[in-house]
Amino acid sequence: QGKFTLLRDSRTDGSFLVHHFLSFYLRAGCKVCFVALLQSFSHYNIVAQKLGVNLAAAKERGQLVFLEGLKSCLDLVFGEEEQPGQPSPLQFLSTSDLRALFDFVRLSLTPADGDSCTGPVLLVDDLSVLLSLGAAPVAVLDFIHYCRMSVCCQLKGNVVVLVHSNEDSEDEENELVVNSLCHHSDLILWAEGLATGFCKDVHGQIKIIKRQSLRQAAEQDLVQIYQYKIQDRNVTFFARGLSAAVL
Amino acid sequence: LVFTEEDKYNLYSSLLFKYFLAEGIVCGHDLFVASAKEHPDNILKELPSPLLDDTYRKEVGDEAAAAKSEDLQDSMKIAWRYQNLPKMEASPTTYTKFGHYYDISKKMSPELYQSVKWHSFYLHEELSLEPEMKTCNMNSGYARLLQSIQRIISQEGFDGSDPQKKQRNVLRIGIQSLGSVLWGDDVCCSDTPEDAHSLTKFLYILRGLLRKSLSACIITVPAHLIQNKAIMERVTNLSDMVVGLESFIGSERETNPLYKDYHGLVHVHQIPRLNSLICDVSDTKDLAFRLKRKLFTIERLHLPPDLSDTVSRASKQDLAGSAKLLSSGCGAMAIGKKHLDF
Repeated sequence: QGKFTLLRDSRTDGSFLVHHFLSFYLRAGCKVCFVALLQSFSHYNIVAQKLGVNLAAAKERGQLVFLEGLKSCLDLVFGEEEQPGQPSPLQFLSTSDLRALFDFVRLSLTPADGDSCTGPVLLVDDLSVLLSLGAAPVAVLDFIHYCRMSVCCQLKGNVVVLVHSNEDSEDEENELVVNSLCHHSDLILWAEGLATGFCKDVHGQIKIIKRQSLRQAAEQDLVQIYQYKIQDRNVTFFARGLSAAVL
Repeated sequence: LVFTEEDKYNLYSSLLFKYFLAEGIVCGHDLFVASAKEHPDNILKELPSPLLDDTYRKEVGDEAAAAKSEDLQDSMKIAWRYQNLPKMEASPTTYTKFGHYYDISKKMSPELYQSVKWHSFYLHEELSLEPEMKTCNMNSGYARLLQSIQRIISQEGFDGSDPQKKQRNVLRIGIQSLGSVLWGDDVCCSDTPEDAHSLTKFLYILRGLLRKSLSACIITVPAHLIQNKAIMERVTNLSDMVVGLESFIGSERETNPLYKDYHGLVHVHQIPRLNSLICDVSDTKDLAFRLKRKLFTIERLHLPPDLSDTVSRASKQDLAGSAKLLSSGCGAMAIGKKHLDF
């Protein structure tokens, strides 16, 4: 409860982690607010069906609040004038102000009457897109901070955020956001492509960092490293060097 | 959203662009061509003409047959461990009927490209109209292009808005040299452009349009001119598929014996991962292209055997250095040579 998990990927695509968390929390019966900025609803729906969760049904019964960034931006850009009382959550496209997005998140996760769901969860895919769309890095960090305060502290929920990063990246704004988020996360799942290049049997390596140093001053962070291979319906993890192809 | 990084002199990427459009015409798709550099009418006139299947099959079949008859079943004596690996096939010899082939020495006949409905957007002709949409602080050229695309999509019913229409067709969009100075964007001129977000906002909204309708899009961008690498990274994240073409003209690789058969390299930076957890990764990631008189082929890059014994140390280092980039079985042989040099 009240945890901030950072999903990070370098040199590979870490979106399988997002799919996992989405189906995990929905199966656990939590109320999920999913800010999906990069892909369409049908993409997530099809993958979730393979993982055994029906997103459309979850949306119907109100367990899932899905903000489809691609669709909303079209409404914002090509649609008619919006009503003054209901600003679009993607307003930052024109005003660089993420407040409307935060209000949307807070509104969707505040429990209403008759809600039978346990702890609220905010899931964001992915944060680096906000920078591409004109938001300043400080604004993005503020947005995450506000979300943490309201979701983790006030509502006792969890926040899971995906960011992209590269070791030799020249995108300083992105690196700033990622490094700052790393310092504040309770758990970091870092999916990296293999340093030796592309391999058919091992798609990458995942580092799991439990930030115990945040809770107690003298504790070290616990780091575990596994390698993984993504299949059609699930992901297999194994210790380094022990891929099925080698054994 | 297929994103192509242009090669330096824009020879080969415009070929890819034309192939995409020509394929659309042959399949009967509608076309939308946008450019700030040359008028779309001219682009259409230069499309390669499609080959009838028999002629192509015969040509490539002849070559393959000649090659095969030479090395029937020579069993390897020294490198016998490699015997069990499948034979390296440079170009696909099994012709699964996917797509068509084109003859670039001939132009497409006007009747063929006039048989499909096509729309054009030539930036300099559109300057007079004001966009009716919220520009979101985007470059006005991009905004007008988006508006034009959106208008075509909704008018022609590619987004399924017209339930009466029974025949659903696909719209192929081709945008040439996006991000260049001709579009009014100074991303290619300076390290800190005035409006760093125009290009990325444009791509995001275009992605939204593509997801909502039955369309596919290819964009070519002069990536070598864009000074700010951060923008290239963001653009890569926003596209489904990113392919870079690196031609050897004018670079030191032109004289490198490693690459003597080819005209350039193809870098596949990203492949689409849509509707599933995994994507279809091919066995090898080293592709090179070559431009023959009639054909533009993309093949697997494989090292020619290092047969000469008077090769000096320097060039051997070169070969080994480039061989590090390869991940195929042949590469191991050249690297092995480097380790023997002590």
